[in-house]
Formats: sequence, structure tokens, C-alpha cells
Amino acid sequence: MAGNKKKFMQGNEACTEGALYAGCRFYAGYPITPSTEVMEICGARLPKIGGSFIQMEDEIASICAIVGASLGGLKAMTATSGPGFSLMQEGLGFACMTEVPCVIVNVMRSGPSTGFPTGPSQSDVMQAKWGTHGDHPAIVLTPASVEELFHETVRAFNLSELYRTPVILLYDEIIGHMREAVTIPAPGEIEVVARRAPTGSPAEYKPYDAKGGDIAPLAAYGDGYRFHVTGLYHAADGFPTNNTQLIEEACIRLLRKIDDNKERIWKNEEYYLDDAEVGIFAYGVSAKSAKFAVRELRKKGIKAGLLRPLTMWPFPDRAVEELAGRVKAIIVPEMNMGQIVYEVERAAHGKCEVKGLFRVDTEPIKPVQIIECITGNGSKPSSPGSRMAEMMVERDMLDG
Amino acid sequence: MSTPAEEIKPLAKKKKKTPFNYSPYVRGGKLPHIWCPGCGHGIVLKCLLRAIHTTGLAKDDIAMVSGIGCSSRTPGYVDFNTLHTLHGRALAYATGLKLAKPRLKVIVTTGDGDALAIGGNHFIHACRRNMDMTILVYNNAVYGMTSGQASPTTPQGKISTTSRNGSIEPPFDTCTLAQAAGATFVARGTAYHFQELEKVIYEAIMHKGTSVVDIIDACPTYYGRFNKYKSPTEMMEKIEKEGTVSVKQADKLSPEELAGKLLRGVLHKSDRPEYCSEYQKLMTKVQAK
Repeated sequence: MAGNKKKFMQGNEACTEGALYAGCRFYAGYPITPSTEVMEICGARLPKIGGSFIQMEDEIASICAIVGASLGGLKAMTATSGPGFSLMQEGLGFACMTEVPCVIVNVMRSGPSTGFPTGPSQSDVMQAKWGTHGDHPAIVLTPASVEELFHETVRAFNLSELYRTPVILLYDEIIGHMREAVTIPAPGEIEVVARRAPTGSPAEYKPYDAKGGDIAPLAAYGDGYRFHVTGLYHAADGFPTNNTQLIEEACIRLLRKIDDNKERIWKNEEYYLDDAEVGIFAYGVSAKSAKFAVRELRKKGIKAGLLRPLTMWPFPDRAVEELAGRVKAIIVPEMNMGQIVYEVERAAHGKCEVKGLFRVDTEPIKPVQIIECITGNGSKPSSPGSRMAEMMVERDMLDG
Repeated sequence: MSTPAEEIKPLAKKKKKTPFNYSPYVRGGKLPHIWCPGCGHGIVLKCLLRAIHTTGLAKDDIAMVSGIGCSSRTPGYVDFNTLHTLHGRALAYATGLKLAKPRLKVIVTTGDGDALAIGGNHFIHACRRNMDMTILVYNNAVYGMTSGQASPTTPQGKISTTSRNGSIEPPFDTCTLAQAAGATFVARGTAYHFQELEKVIYEAIMHKGTSVVDIIDACPTYYGRFNKYKSPTEMMEKIEKEGTVSVKQADKLSPEELAGKLLRGVLHKSDRPEYCSEYQKLMTKVQAK
């Protein structure tokens, strides 16, 4: 298509390009490895296109600033990694509660605590769902290549604006720092969603009115609709309430607005799944290894296939259950000590065996590990009870 | 004080005798407020609304942002673009909003705990950036909402639920802190001196840059009772009237007479580039390249 540009770029750069394509015009952040390039590129690019960029005093301030900017009417983003993501949790909950669109990028590094800042990990995948307190909705996207990162960043903004909720873009350090070719679509080539603005009179405007559907239009401050926003439980007009019925309704609506739309939010890649006898459920960089493993296993005559979620939350229950019904086992390789494997186990409903394959030495899970896990050579798959022993075996196998 | 200080000038025009009409600024059905009888927050609100009225600003062009605490409930009562945020974070939200929409006049209502303890880092950085916003610190020296714990402005020796034998921590001076951090307008008022407070808030709002007003506004329910003031009136007189002195009066007093008294009035005013204007210049520069 005319206007398309093919460029060789880093994951974090593709994320920034995707954000700008999606209409992001505000960035607030705080430097942290391995996400800093997103911030640096935003700082260079945004002033050139009339957007705002500000370096805040910490990650708490960063997430608060993007929510403030979003209420001012701009599409807004911040990027961070584990320690910063932990600091952002309260602000994330505020954005969920007040239903203010924004995008939070978490380039996962090894933890807990400072951990190994330059080492990749996939250990925030549960935090992304459950990190902030209270029942809350979560949309979390897990891209697995640089080009996909561009597209998923655009989708993150679109979902955020559509459902009036923060969206988390979750990828590991390897995806963030590796370089791949990316074709930047021409403007207008892929859909960019703008938030629904109110059309009625300001006097009648209620920022949380669920009468016309679970997602009310959102006005921008300063545009004539003077409304109130609070992190307290609030009624349809935005003002605090201690009415127990309204509190219950508000909580349920927050969750329902995502749950009712999960089929539109779900996105999976299926790779050699049609005739698969063994399934692999993998995301991010682990899915890259899994694809290689699937091809190698097929050469050996083993019918393996990959189910790869691009939307991790809401969790793809249906796809997993369907897969579990027709394979003998699902292998879940992840760069943590077992997080998503439990979700897969839950969604499989006992229809097949679910085995985790974990690695936390900050090296990616190698295809050979997945192959050995399935063929039974070398190490045996991990069960939650014997993970530590399995880790040792896997290391020995790799070293050998 | 070694800083250039000036007395607040009375507003030029004489007020008419007709009572001030607060109705256009107060949200219908949202009163009565949650503040205790004897609390000065209502007086501060009155001064704030009158000052806003004097500026002539349209309600659509005002955003009021707050954190958590008694003072932070203010935005819920007033008819502006209002944002009640997280404990300590009002200034971070306000910073994002202001930069996203610089034409908004941003006023932050916060308390001593909200602004100077949990939000202390945001406070000093907001002052440093000098983004055009007005920060009103309702300073009652306790955490009122959680029933009277010591705050960063509780004077040494004073009783709270977390300093039952008297606080051993030295307090912050909001104004000294704000000035040191770079705020370009720093003032102090009290709920007791309400006419003066209205003027000082007006000046703060009209100032281009970060303006901070420390508002001494003692808490009768907790601070007052714990520290043996007989009534809210006595407490206001002892703390706000006798505990402060205007910068003009201060010139005539000896250091001994000034000991233990806080200065009222505009304590510091300086010219420094405002953040949003600087950002605008930066955009013009990079877009010309």
C-alpha cells in the first residue's frame, strides 16, 4: 500500500510508533530498564507533532499524570518495568474505577524487587491482572514480535478508548529490545478508535450513566461538561455514594463491561493446531521458541501445535477448554515459576493433562527444552510440586 | 524571614453591600458538606469561591483537583471540572491535566498530610517545575479523616492519636519548603483572617506559575480536643490569630516577639519561566527544524 514504510526497528521503538499511529498525544514516565527507549523516543517525537511529553518524579506520578491528561481529552501512555509497575498499581486501580482510558506498557524484567534489570522475564503476568486491590477489570495484551508489538499497541489504545479502561501492554525484555522488520501501515490503513463523547446537554451529562449500555460517553474537562471524578464508589453522576445497591451495581458493571465483550477482546494465534495431539500454550518470547519446537516436533512425527494468546486477560478460557478437549496434554512454557499454567489448568477443566515448563535464570526457554518436555527425553515436565527439581534437570540438560 | 516579603494590598474595588451569591459555584444537592462543626474548611471554601468570582474566570475553564483527606472533599461541592484522586497524588494528576490542556486554570485543594507526607515528593517537584497551578494546603496539623494522627506539620510536643505523649518530630514549614523547591508564589493565610485569605487566594490564582498558599485551619474535633483547647473559637484564636502575624506587622516586631509565630501574607514572589509556556516554546523550536 502506498505510504507504507518498512523499517528495521527495536521492539520498544515499534511500541512508540504504534502509540503515535493510534493517536497517543501524551506521555508521562520515569526511566527504567528495559522500557526506557519508549520514553526517550516519545520525548523526541511528541513535541514535533504537537503532543505533550513530561518526565515525572516517579512511576506513581507518571500513571497519575496520564490519567489527568486523558481526562483533558488526550490519548495517553506510560511505559515501565517491574518495580515501576508495582508502584503504579494504585493508580491503575484508580483508572479502572474512574473508567479513564490509558495505556500502560510493562516491559517485563526479572524480579522480585530490583531483580535482574537487563534480564527478561514473564513473571508479571498475574500482577497485570491482580496487582491493584479490589475487584477490577483487566485487559492485558501479550505481543510476541516487533511488528506485532506495533499492531498490538494500536489495539491497546483502541480497546482502552472503546471500553473506557486502562489497557496493559505486557511484553518481555527480549521483545522490547530485539530488532525486526516492521511495515508501518499508512495512515487510515488500520482502524484507530476515538472515545465516544457525549452529545446531550451538559446539564444532563452523567459520566457513569449505564442506561445506554455499560460504557458511558466520556467528556473532556474544559469542554463544557463540568463533571466530577472520584476513586470512591460513585453513582451515575460521578459523585460519591454509600448506597450499598449502587456500590454493588457499579462493581458488577465494571467487570461486566469487559466480560460481556471478551469475544471481541480475545485474540489468539493458532499454529498447527488442527490435528494436534499435544498443545503448547505460550506467549511472548516463549511462543517464539514454541513455534520452532512445533516445527521440529512435526519433523519427528509428533503432532504438536501452539495456542498463542495475544490477549492474555480476559483469559482465553474457551480456546483453552476447546483445545484441552482434543489433545492429550498442554505444555505451558513460561519465564516464571508457574503463573499462567494454573489458569490453563483451570480452563482445561481436567480434560487433558497440563504441564508447566518454567525458567527463571533470565535466559529464554529454548526450543530444545520444549521438545524434550514433550518427547520425554532428558527432563520430565514440571508439575507444580516438583518445579525446583525440574529446573535443575533442565539446566543440566542444557549445559550438557 | 530573609525572603522578600510584601503585604497584601486590598482589592481595588469596594464590595457592594448585597450578599455574595454562592449558588452558581456550589453544586446543587451536594451540601451539606462532611466537615465537622467548628472546622474552618467551610470558611476556606467561602474565601476560595469569592476569590474565583473576582478573577472572572468561567467555570468551564477551572479544574479543581484534590487528593484524599478532609480538604480533598472540596471539589465534590463546587461546580467546576473536578477530580478527586488518590492520597497524595493530586499534584501528579493536576500536572498531567494542565499540560494536556494548558488553557485550564488548575486549582489543587490538599491537606498537610496529603501534600507534605505521602505527596511530599510530588509537592517539591510541582514547585520545581513551576507549572501554572494554585496549590491550597489546608493545614490543620493532623490527619482529620482518619481521626487525628500526627502529620508533617504537627508542632513538636503536640498531642495526636499517634503522638499521645507529644510529637517528637520537627514539623515542616510549608512555605519555606515550597520556596526552597522553587514555587514562584508562596503565601500563608488562616481561616480566622478570612478577608485576608480571600485576597491571598485571589493573588495566588492570578499568579502565572506554581503558587502555594499554606492555610492555617486548625482541626477542632481532634487537634483542638487533644490539645486542650476549650472550644473551636478558643482554638482558632490561639492558633490562627495569636499564632500568626502579618508580614507588615512583623517588620515592627523584635525577634523575641516573633518567636513561635508564623508569618501571614505573601512571603515570596519571583519570576521564572512557566512550564507550559516553556513546553510551547520547545514545540515551536523542534517543529521549525
